[in-house]
Amino acid sequence: MRRGDRGLLAAIAAGGAIGSLGRYAVARAVPAGADEFPWGTFAVNISGSLAMGVLFVWVLTLDRPHPWLRPFLGVGVLGGWTTFSAYALESRGLVVSGEHGLAAAYVLGSLVLCVAAVGAGVSLGERTFGRRR
Amino acid sequence: MIAGASVGAPLRFLVDRWAREHSAAGTVLGTLVVNVAGSFLLGLLSGWSGRPWWVMPLLGMGFCGALTTFSTLAFETWVFFEEREWRPFLANLGLSLGIGAVAVVLGFWAGSAL
Repeated sequence: MRRGDRGLLAAIAAGGAIGSLGRYAVARAVPAGADEFPWGTFAVNISGSLAMGVLFVWVLTLDRPHPWLRPFLGVGVLGGWTTFSAYALESRGLVVSGEHGLAAAYVLGSLVLCVAAVGAGVSLGERTFGRRR
Repeated sequence: MIAGASVGAPLRFLVDRWAREHSAAGTVLGTLVVNVAGSFLLGLLSGWSGRPWWVMPLLGMGFCGALTTFSTLAFETWVFFEEREWRPFLANLGLSLGIGAVAVVLGFWAGSAL
């Protein structure tokens, strides 16, 4: 711990709890068996990547953003909302269930669409908030 | 769930900061480390058939879910893409995928032995 860490880490923890609660709600609403395409995690990761792109631009257009703003929203909320561990576990589940096509679609689809979603989010952010400084 | 997430998210930040200060690969390495560690642990918990009921919400959904991230991985990969740095771009995707897969499989296997 360093000076100023306590508030910063608390902001990240609060953001992480909020984002994770949202992910939990999606997982409850759209449950997927081990042999089914994990639509919930898929949607969570793509939407979080899109939001990350928008956030990146938005923070850069602010005059003097609060130093906790990006950690709270980016590291906390979006980091808690999206997840890599469930993605890895669900991919394993699909492979073990013999659903190789779904596994490939999920593994590659998540990667391609999430990276593309960041780019889309950056474009969206620039159209909404103006060019990055 | 909330308790696990409240620890996982700040821990990811601390690992990331440590990586930024100690490695040239910086934040990319930090993201890889948390994602691989979280995948191993979640695999282990899933493979552990005798786990108590509270383990999955607290440590699985909460801690591992918040420790790992897809949005930062996607963001960092997109930066490589935008800057036309194809080798780091491919290496980041390949290493995350490859080591993440090995981690979750090994974790599940280790959990099954518990």
